[in-house]
This record gives sequence, C-alpha cells and structure tokens, in this order.
Amino acid sequence: MQKISTIFLLVGALALAACNNPNRYGNGAGGAGGAGGAGGIGAGALGDPSNPNSPAYFQQTIGDTVHFVVDQSTLTPEAQATLTQQATWLNKHPTYTAIVEGHADEQGTREYNLALGARRASSVQQFLVAQGVSAARLKTVSYGKERPIALCSEESCFAQNRRAVTVLSAGAGS
Amino acid sequence: MKGNGLICRLGALAIAGAVLGAATSGAAAAPLHLEITDGVIEPMPFAAPTFLAEGGNAAEIAQAITQVIVSDLQGTGLFAQIPASAYISQVASFDAPVAFADWKAINAQALITGAVSDQGGRIAVKFRLYDVFSDAPLGDGQQMTGGEGDWRRIAHKIADQIYSRITGEGPYFDSRVVFVSESGPKNARQKQLAIMDYDGANVSFLTDASSIVLAPRFSQQGNKILYTSFETGFPRIKEMDLRSGASRALADLQGNMTFAPRFSPDGDTVAFSLEQNGNTDIYAMSLSSGQVRRLTDTPSIETAPSFSPDGSQIAFESDRSGTQQIYVMPAGGGEATRVSSGEGRYSTPVWSPRGDLVAFTKQNGGRFYIGVMRTDGSEERLLTSSYLDEGPTWSPNGRVIMFTRESPGATGTAKLFSVDISGRALHAVPTQGAASDPAWSPLLP
Repeated sequence: MQKISTIFLLVGALALAACNNPNRYGNGAGGAGGAGGAGGIGAGALGDPSNPNSPAYFQQTIGDTVHFVVDQSTLTPEAQATLTQQATWLNKHPTYTAIVEGHADEQGTREYNLALGARRASSVQQFLVAQGVSAARLKTVSYGKERPIALCSEESCFAQNRRAVTVLSAGAGS
Repeated sequence: MKGNGLICRLGALAIAGAVLGAATSGAAAAPLHLEITDGVIEPMPFAAPTFLAEGGNAAEIAQAITQVIVSDLQGTGLFAQIPASAYISQVASFDAPVAFADWKAINAQALITGAVSDQGGRIAVKFRLYDVFSDAPLGDGQQMTGGEGDWRRIAHKIADQIYSRITGEGPYFDSRVVFVSESGPKNARQKQLAIMDYDGANVSFLTDASSIVLAPRFSQQGNKILYTSFETGFPRIKEMDLRSGASRALADLQGNMTFAPRFSPDGDTVAFSLEQNGNTDIYAMSLSSGQVRRLTDTPSIETAPSFSPDGSQIAFESDRSGTQQIYVMPAGGGEATRVSSGEGRYSTPVWSPRGDLVAFTKQNGGRFYIGVMRTDGSEERLLTSSYLDEGPTWSPNGRVIMFTRESPGATGTAKLFSVDISGRALHAVPTQGAASDPAWSPLLP
C-alpha cells in the first residue's frame, strides 16, 4: 500500500511539472471539441465568429477541421479549400501559433493509428507552410484513435473522426 | 516498506524443496499426461478436496488457496473439477494413504491434496498430486512457505507445478499483467497504468489519470516497463522501474513522437517508433550507452517492433506494400522479409517467448482477429474474432495469449480476454472497470 501511494505522489509531481503542456486532451479534461483547455484558447477568449479577426472566426467560420478518406492522409479538394483560408488567416494574424492534431477512426490498431494521425497532421502542416505560414508557428501531434469526436461505430462517425484540427494558441511562435 | 518486504520474502519463498513422504516410484506405468493440442476436447476431471488446516488459524486461508489452485487449472480449459458433493472418500490427514478406488469410482484422473499451517503470520503449504489410475503420486510432494500476504502466489506456484507435471509445459500462473485501466466516456477516455496478477487479482495503479498512457511493455527481467505517455502533450516513451515506481522519459530524441517501445530480451536495448515530418520508422536505443540507431528508412509507416527471444531478429509491421503487413528483419536493421501473406491487414506482431510462433492482429472484412503463425508466416491460425480484437501478449510459457476486445458503439468499452493457442478457453479476464493493452510479465522469480 505504502509503495502504491509513493508511486502516485511521484507521478503527480511529474504531471504538475508538465502542466503548461499543449495537451488539451489531458486525460478526461475537456473531451473533443474546439479550442480550450491547457494549450488552446479559453472559450471566453474566442470572440465573435462573425469578426474576421477572432479565433472563433478561424475555428467556426473558416473551420478548424479537415477530413480524410479511409487510411489516407492526402488532402481532398474540400480540405485544401479550408486550409487555404486557414493559411490566409494565420498569415494575417502572426501572433497566433497552432498545433495541428491528427486523428484516426477506431478501425485500426492503436499504434498504426498514432502513425496515421501523424501523417495527417503533417499533411496539413506542409500545406499551410506551402501557403506561407512559418513552420516555426506550427506543431503537430497525433492522438491516433484515442479522441474520437463522433461516437457511433458506423461510417458516418468514422468519417468525422478521420480528421486534422488546427488548434490556435495565442503567443509568438517559438 | 511493505513493498520491499514483500519482494524479499518472495525471494526467500523459493520452494523449500522439502520432499514429503516416500520417494516416487520411478516406474509410473502410464503416467498422467495431457498434450496441449487440438485433440484435447474433454477437460481432464480432477478432485481437489479443500486443503486441510494444520495448526494455527489456517482454515480460511486453506480454503482460499484451494480455490485459487482450482480456478487456475480450470481457467486453462484443460481440467474440470469434480464437485465435492460427488466425493466418496474424504481426506482426513495429509499423510493418510489415499483410497484410490474411491477416486477412480468418481472418475477423478488426478487428485490434489494439501495442508496449510499458519503460525505467527508465516504460512506453510504442503501438496501432493496423484495419478489416480496409476495408484501413484505424480512427482514429489512439496512444501512452500511465505508470509500470509503471499498466499495467492503460493497457490499459483502450486497450480503451476500441477499444470507443468501433467502437461509437460512451462508454468505461467505465477505472473503479472500490466495494462491500461480505462474510465470515462469514449471521447474523453481516462487512462491509467495498472498492474495485477494474471487472473485479475491484486490490482494497483502505477500512474494517475492526468495524461493519456498507452501500450505498456514488460522487460524480460520483470523489473521495468516501457509505455507511451502524453504527459508533455506529445506521445513520448517512458520507462518505469516497478520497484521504486519512478518513471523517466527516454532520452530526448530528434523527432515529434516516440511510441511502440519494446525491450530486447537482455533488457539493454529498446526498439521503438519515431515519427518525424509525418513519417514513422523504427529505431533502437541502447539504454547503457544512449546510442540510437535507425533500423528502417522508408516513407511508409513502420511500427510495433518485437524482438525474437534470442534477440537476433525483430518482427514489425509496415504498410510499405500499401497495407499493414508483418515483416522480419535482423535486430541491427537491414533487409526485411515479409512474412504475412493472407488476405487483409496484419499488425502488432509479438514473438512467442518459445520462439516458435508470432501472434498478431488481423483486420479483414470489417472484423478483427487475433491469430498465430510460424515465424516464416506459414501455418496461420486465427484464434478469435470480434468487432475489435487487438494487441496480443504471450503468457510466459507461450501457450496462452491475452488481448484487448472492444465492443462497438457510443457505449463501447474495452475488456481483457485470454485464449490458448489452439483457440480454446476464451474468457474475459476480470478487471474492475474497462481495460486495454495488456502486457504479460515473465514468470515471477
């Protein structure tokens, strides 16, 4: 028993030390959705989606999410159109940085899906960079199949879960 | 304190080797034996009267030990307990002669007798195994001792002895499983590392729920685990010392994510996946020198490396052909040979500790399967099938596989399941909540 509590304390300390991490999905915190949580922008600071200078405009009016075909990381014409607008916005608002999150649907093994999500995030990053966004402002991360946004086990949900989300953060690029 | 004490005591537990009773007749004419093959259909009936309480206040612990032994044996699907209500003979004393005729009459092929004493918190457990139809003991009687808190391990060790003597296979009940304990809704799943006995008992948590953790893996020495944590916001490999509970990140590597780690058999090397600019390849890192070596270099996804038991080769999955398939390459890298050849996608290869088979996940036609094949890809056999089965791990004797089975839908949850390599004895491993990503320890010392 003693041993177990020691382990807890240790892990707790490590977790605290890392509390300013970009992980807006820290276990259970937040769930899927738009910006918010540790690394994103708090819901209150998103602003008005009709104001073209607001993060809410980027997130909701342009759209922060693009979708992928099964097992693919190639950008569809729709995805390219959305990302072109994302790039324009990012180029106009150089104080924002972003983390591109790649996700996979549940029809794959855990580790492969992590790699597949990384491929998707990287496709988005490369497209944005090609549109003039500085690579230093964009990080990528993959959640594999760990954070679905739609919960059913049918293609209608899988299609929503095969996605990459560009999550804005305030602050200069590192 | 207590944790350290336990390890010491268990170190000293080592079968006291006290040989009880007369020497076995070396001539056992038609010895009791079970071959684990596809041919075994009918489980072997056995009788295990509740172990006798000898001295001290041992009745409760004697009953509990008997139950664990019975449960271990029955869980293999190879043995079936004859209910005590059918017994003609009672065992009144551990050393009394066995009335073989009475056990034959109820068709008990094996008889297990035992006695437990408990003095000042130290327990001593004696047992004997009889081949009823040969009128003879099978192997020597033995005594094991330990603290009261060790009673489950002693029971597993006795069940291991019985299993090994009858099947000729290596033991596996005295082992642990590290896994991911899951809670919360599907879109915000909380994940914590936990460890338990192979049968689901004695659970304790190794991490809290503050960040996602995935796919823990045991070292072959049993003292360390590797896992992937999102603690920094990005998937990174961590190593935990199970004795101290301390975790550390493996050296900071160039690249975005590191995941899918596995120890080499000697525990000195970690093979893993590293992702850079969207491309995932396999690398190996020496823990003693910190030196990192790239083992694959292709634009495809290479992941899930698993060493052969002699450390000379690595099985892994790659989608270089267009879909996930299993390949084998030298442990130092170099030319890889594709070994999976059936229809569908093959992933998560895990080399059996016996070296003879590779277990894998297969995906085909909207279903998932756990299967085994020879290391050259021949003799593929699928053992399970469901909406989502994945991530096999081997029992220490290479005869049983544990894996994750997840049910579909918004309320779908993950559970641990176990199956033997002939596809029998499929059963859920009891865990308090949802659980995934099991990794079996080597046999405990």
